[in-house]
Amino acid sequence: MKKQKNIFNWQADRSKYPEKKKNGKLDIDMSSGKFVKLWQGPNHPGITGNMSLELTISGDEVVEAKTHVGYLHRGFEKLMERRLWIQCFPTCVRMCVAEPDYNEYLLAKSAEELSGIEIPEMAEWLRTLVLEMARLQSLLRTVPGQAGTLSLGVGVQWGVYLRDLVLDLFEELTGGRVYHMYIIPGGVRGLLPDGFKKRMEEVLKKIDEFVKNIENLMFNNIVFKKRTIGVGYIKPSWIDKYGIVGPNARAAGFKRDVRKDYPYLKYNELDFEVTSEKDSDIFARSMVRKKELIMTIDLIRQIMAKMPKKGDIKAPTPNVLHWKIPKGETYVRSESSRGEYGFYTVSDGSKTPRRINLRGPSYTHAISLLERMLVNANIADVHSIMVSLQTCPPEIER
Amino acid sequence: MENIIKDIQNRFEVSDIVNQRDNITFVTCEKEKTIALITHMKKNLGFKHFVLMTAVDWIEDGLFQLTYILNNPKKKLDVAIRTFISRENATMETAHKLWKQVSTYQRELKEMFGIDFPGSPRVNESFILEGWNDIPPYRRDFQTKEYAEKTYFPRPGRKTNDPSEYMKKNMS
Amino acid sequence: MTNENKNHDKFLHEENKIREVEAPDGSIIKVDPLNDYFLTDRPVVREPKNKVVEKFLNWARAESLWVLGFGTGCGSIEIPPLVTPRFDAYRFGVQMRPTPRQSNVFIISGYLAVKTLKRVIRTYEQMQGPKYVLALGSCTINGGMYWDSYNTINRLDHFIPVDVYVAGCMPRPEALLAGFAKLKERIKAGRAEGANEYAEKFDWYKANQKKIINDWNMPDYNW
Repeated sequence: MKKQKNIFNWQADRSKYPEKKKNGKLDIDMSSGKFVKLWQGPNHPGITGNMSLELTISGDEVVEAKTHVGYLHRGFEKLMERRLWIQCFPTCVRMCVAEPDYNEYLLAKSAEELSGIEIPEMAEWLRTLVLEMARLQSLLRTVPGQAGTLSLGVGVQWGVYLRDLVLDLFEELTGGRVYHMYIIPGGVRGLLPDGFKKRMEEVLKKIDEFVKNIENLMFNNIVFKKRTIGVGYIKPSWIDKYGIVGPNARAAGFKRDVRKDYPYLKYNELDFEVTSEKDSDIFARSMVRKKELIMTIDLIRQIMAKMPKKGDIKAPTPNVLHWKIPKGETYVRSESSRGEYGFYTVSDGSKTPRRINLRGPSYTHAISLLERMLVNANIADVHSIMVSLQTCPPEIER
Repeated sequence: MENIIKDIQNRFEVSDIVNQRDNITFVTCEKEKTIALITHMKKNLGFKHFVLMTAVDWIEDGLFQLTYILNNPKKKLDVAIRTFISRENATMETAHKLWKQVSTYQRELKEMFGIDFPGSPRVNESFILEGWNDIPPYRRDFQTKEYAEKTYFPRPGRKTNDPSEYMKKNMS
Repeated sequence: MTNENKNHDKFLHEENKIREVEAPDGSIIKVDPLNDYFLTDRPVVREPKNKVVEKFLNWARAESLWVLGFGTGCGSIEIPPLVTPRFDAYRFGVQMRPTPRQSNVFIISGYLAVKTLKRVIRTYEQMQGPKYVLALGSCTINGGMYWDSYNTINRLDHFIPVDVYVAGCMPRPEALLAGFAKLKERIKAGRAEGANEYAEKFDWYKANQKKIINDWNMPDYNW
């Protein structure tokens, strides 16, 4: 007997859908009525930042996705070419809004490396502290933000409130709330204020509590589990193919962390384990971020304990208004909360940089990887997948 | 690191070797051999992670410098490969078959520098800019200040001082 | 209104080009998407009918500001703190809405790249009147950090009418709250007439917008 055809032509395995033409392109005929073009963004609540997705959907399934960026392009790399090195510092922090301190650190580090300046130990400790605090405030937004994509807004309210407390500490230390400009070539701008340690500990205690609560709210929540386990899978073989770094790679079992692999600042004196998970879905990535949050709290405690009380905070630098950096080029990297974050800097021996290029993790995650991951995803999951990659549009287009 | 540099020096005649740090080396390679060198490094030497690809405009020499930075995650080494191409009719062989994200970089370079990568997917689509009519903006001969003043209705009353002279005047 | 953007033909997208379509009965229909698919009326100036009623309405409008959740620039990172318990803008009648059709306040959060400006104009025109614009950060005033950038605009008030500027890079949530207070004052005093101003000086605004947006690709008024 012939096998009866399913009237809806439903296929359990949708990965071969839509069919491919002979030349390898997808067989999408818009006039057939089977497909609809759907734009998500830039003005859409389900988009991280200001970017847009052009989705071709069939039913409620995405068959093709294209990312459109450029809504935040300010031309930093061009602007920095016509500014003095010292003028680049307030400019470069604005490249990524979520964690601006990495930009300052990387530019300072490249300038120091090219001109051969060694920074004092106290400045290294303070830089480490500021970078970890930046990671902390970023993770406080993104860990509960994953639940926020599934309309679980309570965690977001808690997280943003605690992030504000961390920003208050930043304000105390640097004077700025979001943009700090604390790290300058040769060192940092100031020592810790009196009683900073105590206030930091108070905030960290509150965050400890928050981590416990978020455990119950998110990771033991059946809705969250059902919506995230098995969704947004990244194959381990994609890690090198698509250039995936940071928590997204660690969730696939790749223990890659710039802090461990290429220790910078004081990370080799701190005690930490690279976190990792195996499942490589949204749940695993959230889990890695939560572990990272716990690790960051621990690292800040370690830094506060190990840091000397006093010391030089700035190495002598030439007059910054006439500062010429010798000819050369370098690439420096650091681990931001999204992954490897690097600056490629070229100096031609003049007062202004020849070229500064930023390698942001979102550049690969949000374009080539996201376009691949969204294929055969459900429309309702698009937002979750995007947030789980932790994309930050301003660093894509600079 | 030394073995790797020796190996690629013998095979591809790279020159101008600069050991910037212990784990990163900059080398220069000829335009024709670059893609072969990158393929060799990926397939045989374990440089599996593509860090970045960008261009530098050396307008004085009439050259674009293309830089590819490759990373070996196991040995924790970086090699940056420089290659120089002519500024006029700038074209370069595409490397999009090696890594998926390379096509994005090439799209950006095509738009921002005007370097063509024939065969790279979607290379001619606009990436960041929309309706751009001028020369590619990252080229050194594009004057961003003049363009902005001409186009975007600057608010009158803005003063720009030369920082060093301004400081001299106010400090004395 | 005819489509006068001859200069923009180069950037006209395929789906908006004038084309011929075959109807089910076999006849050929000429379609001009920009004129046929969109309502092409100009905006009109709304005059209040009764001053006493208008005063009451202004009070009501000032107490319920519905903000469009469209983060156009880096200032959008201060919006979550604004609507969460620390600063809690809800107590002032400020709340976020996901779509332009439901909102009457547009926060331009920072610099505007040309590509975003096009979307901002479109969104602004889709909002219900009376509508108010709150411009955030120095970049909307005179370009701020990006005054010499080739891709960000310098003055927002040349493209859409602005009611309140909040200076700073970036302004704190408290500054935003103060901006909302100022906006309320203006609305209650009947001075926040951005939508009417836009209708009055429509041609001037359009000329400015078209000068910098090459890829126009949309009707003149996106109602």
